[in-house]
Amino acid sequence: MSLDGKVPQGPLADKWSKYKFDLKLVNPANKRKYDIIVVGTGLAGASAAASLAELGYNVKAFCFQDSPRRAHSIAAQGGINAAKNYQNDGDSVFRLFYDTIKGGDYRAREGNVHRLAEVSVNIIDQCVAQGVPFAREYGGLLDNRSFGGSQVSRTFYARGQTGQQLLLGAYSALNRQINAGKVKMYTRHEMLDVVVVDGHAKGIVTRNMITGEIDTHAGHAVLLCTGGYGNVFYLSTNAIGSNVTAAWRAHKRGAYFANPCYTQIHPTCIPVTGDHQSKLTLMSESLRNDGRVWAPKTVEIAEKLQKKQITAAQVAEEDRDYFLERKYPAFGNLVPRDVASRNAKEMADEGRGVGASGLAVYLDFADAIKRLGEDTVRAKYGNLFDMYIQITDENPYKEPMRIYPAVHYTMGGLWVDYNLMTSIPGLYALGECNFSDHGANRLGASALMQGLSDGYFVIPYTLGDYLAKIGPKKVDTSHPAFAKTKQDVLDHVNKLISLKGTKTTNEYHRELGHIMWEYCGMARTEEGLKKAKGMIQALKADFWKNAIILGKNEEVNASLERGGRVADFIELGELMVDDALMRRESCGGHFRLESQTPDGEALRDDENFAFVAAWEFMGENQPEKLNKEELVFEAVHLSQRNYA
Amino acid sequence: MSGNMNLTLKVWRQKDANSQGKMVTYPAKDISPDMSFLEMLDVVNEGLIHKGEDPIHFDHDCREGICGMCSLYINGHPHGPKRAITTCQLHMRSFKDGETITIEPWRAAAFPVIKDLAVDRSAFDRIQQAGGYISVNTGGVPDANATLIPKVVADEAFNSATCIGCGACVAACKNASAMLFVSAKITQLGLLPQGQPERYRRAQSMVAQMDAEGFGSCTNTGACEAECPKEISLTNISRMNNDYLSAKLFREEELHHSSGE
Ligand SMILES: Cc1cc2nc3c(=O)[nH]c(=O)nc-3n(C[C@H](O)[C@H](O)[C@H](O)COP(=O)(O)OP(=O)(O)OC[C@H]3O[C@@H](n4cnc5c(N)ncnc54)[C@H](O)[C@@H]3O)c2cc1C
Ligand code: SF4
Ligand code: FES
Repeated sequence: MSLDGKVPQGPLADKWSKYKFDLKLVNPANKRKYDIIVVGTGLAGASAAASLAELGYNVKAFCFQDSPRRAHSIAAQGGINAAKNYQNDGDSVFRLFYDTIKGGDYRAREGNVHRLAEVSVNIIDQCVAQGVPFAREYGGLLDNRSFGGSQVSRTFYARGQTGQQLLLGAYSALNRQINAGKVKMYTRHEMLDVVVVDGHAKGIVTRNMITGEIDTHAGHAVLLCTGGYGNVFYLSTNAIGSNVTAAWRAHKRGAYFANPCYTQIHPTCIPVTGDHQSKLTLMSESLRNDGRVWAPKTVEIAEKLQKKQITAAQVAEEDRDYFLERKYPAFGNLVPRDVASRNAKEMADEGRGVGASGLAVYLDFADAIKRLGEDTVRAKYGNLFDMYIQITDENPYKEPMRIYPAVHYTMGGLWVDYNLMTSIPGLYALGECNFSDHGANRLGASALMQGLSDGYFVIPYTLGDYLAKIGPKKVDTSHPAFAKTKQDVLDHVNKLISLKGTKTTNEYHRELGHIMWEYCGMARTEEGLKKAKGMIQALKADFWKNAIILGKNEEVNASLERGGRVADFIELGELMVDDALMRRESCGGHFRLESQTPDGEALRDDENFAFVAAWEFMGENQPEKLNKEELVFEAVHLSQRNYA
Repeated sequence: MSGNMNLTLKVWRQKDANSQGKMVTYPAKDISPDMSFLEMLDVVNEGLIHKGEDPIHFDHDCREGICGMCSLYINGHPHGPKRAITTCQLHMRSFKDGETITIEPWRAAAFPVIKDLAVDRSAFDRIQQAGGYISVNTGGVPDANATLIPKVVADEAFNSATCIGCGACVAACKNASAMLFVSAKITQLGLLPQGQPERYRRAQSMVAQMDAEGFGSCTNTGACEAECPKEISLTNISRMNNDYLSAKLFREEELHHSSGE
């Protein structure tokens, strides 16, 4: 089946303005007759909940943390893009659009990406008005920097804590609406299912994580703003609680899952040290503005470094390979993430990696310290350096940092049309939870932009159109569909609670992660993927026989929470592998060894794969059905990405 | 690198808010110095689960020192013995082989225990909801560069904005005062031009909510500043007191007038 993304007709630059004008409006006096459910209060969810409440809708918002301020968005470090052209360096809406389409390896929807670039300009204004303390220059104007994959300085930042400051801005807007009584906030509540009535999403089922109470909530529309699923790999830069449950349960109720195999691997993370490790820590990509990436030229030198027989400083200049600067002179260390990651892995694969495990390359600040002085470097990156010292016990002012790629962001997610509506009418997906704007690879500083764009500036318009069409008549929780869905959730919880095997859910999760990283990570082959599929199926069967879940539902029960999430990750893992198998081309962070150029770069196949893969759930243990949304490019020419 | 360590943990166990709690001793064996404190607890918990015992419950999420979710009162200090870091950033190399480590929850009447080491910090949210924001609707705002903010002011506002809302300041304080937390937000918004119109009213409503939540008063002991993982400074408290006093002395009428919103 061919899917309709509902991108409006007409010239690219006019699509969104014209479309907004054509959308149906809800009369201001009628807005209070509508109830909206927002699941997730990260950047996407908090901005959406606040904006919708301001408009006059009644909002119920949910998150699993103890406070909306703790959503995973808080961890974003580097910055947020906007086509302000404050630096007069040639930036424009079209250039941001173009960079994003190209950076995504032509696997994103043109209409959405252009809208994102247009709206980016308003986001900064909005955040500044809320009191977000962005970095300033001495004259009082906003400061900008450049970020991986871009040749202009369009990134706004707040030291290394941009995500925290943006989230606190959105959180304060949300607080204002909570105080005004327009948002009712439910913290420590986990959404476990979507209630569908006559084909439309009309509510959700939640579990109170303190009492275990399973409850239903009704609304005219449901917005999922539940973030990404990078934790399917077990180790990732995501917060421990980030999970796929909300999106996956919605998928099982009919929402298509798009491009699940598109995972972004971030090049600058602190390498793994041991099996005890629970997560990986990202070092902001902004470090690549001044840090130079290198590996030793020979395997012999690498081995000496691994065994600590010599230090990095003892490696002579001519024995160092600044491989990014050598291969991509125009971008140097600022090549996009997928390119930087793949090249680092190549070094390690050739035996030229450093550190005890050999799974790392250097990010060296010696030149920057010589050029700028240690104080300037400290002022720019001090908090990141401190974090590195804390974790590794090594001092990057004295010796180069060790970095290695790690799973960071997922470009796949619930399929949505131009309105951000999933294939279930009335169910929307915003932020990292949807698939829409980044194609096969996300550029730095564009996820924050998308989350806030969706929440502040897109959904307030597109949701109104749907609400106006369905009218204010309520469906309430007495409808039998609510009792039925609640029962399904209870059955699932009881099934988990009854598992009294020998393996912890953490052990299953780690095993799944190993399979995913090995076979569905940075490089993939047909053979490996087929093998992974079998392994995941076996893991799933074993989970439902041998997992241990302790305690009962009616209490604080982390092992139950985790069990439910790991079970969903296992199922998602299988779909990711299916998706990767089907896509016999390389694009973005998805590198199929069978599809590369003679120089070893990712080789796309536009003839056969210029589409969004939207998977449809067909029942437990049934193969999923592939629906395709053809991607049409009117404004840009598809060309091979080339950063040389 | 030194070898792995064997430690003894004394952990506060409390089934739920209404149950009596007690300290329970657990061995933590073969702990790598590279583990974070929370990873060490993960390892202990895996062992407990294998034995069919209830794992130790604690709050955490980002595990990189920014979400403010982790807590833990370790050997008498919130977030452990080291300065300026959170519990999730504390590594086991900070401890010695054979050591006994005492782990308790934040203790404050306004932060009731939920289970074991996790406490309810929603009082912090309610304080912010009482006025910790700038009232601006989405859209229709001026260009971001239309209001100039000198770098020094922006930097100072930023320093206050780095508070992660963890509550260590409350846990460290013998009066369980929330002044450092509340003053950080009031200072951030009070320094910025955007925050001026509601400045005094904000101070009043946030302080009123803080009192209503049952936090103690500040007696200037400075334990909060010393234990804050983000090094939020005591000067925030002076700024807040200033705004609060100005509000009381000079703006009572205006505040009263607008409080019906
Ligand atoms: C370390 C790090 C650094 C980053 N740096 C940058 C950067 O510099 N620039 C950039 O643009 N991007 C960056 N990113 C990416 C960016 O932070 C995220 O993509 C983005 O914040 C996601 O926002 P979100 O609102 O979609 O989801 P999240 O912030 O993940 O929010 C998810 C919300 O959903 C809730 N939730 C989830 N499931 C459920 C459920 N079942 N029931 C109830 N609630 C649920 C959670 O409680 C939470 O409130 C970074 C990411 C990481 C990990
Ligand atoms: S002031 Fe410091 S200790 Fe208190 S909540 Fe903020 S960050 Fe935590
Ligand atoms: S877990 Fe987020 S600050 Fe410690």
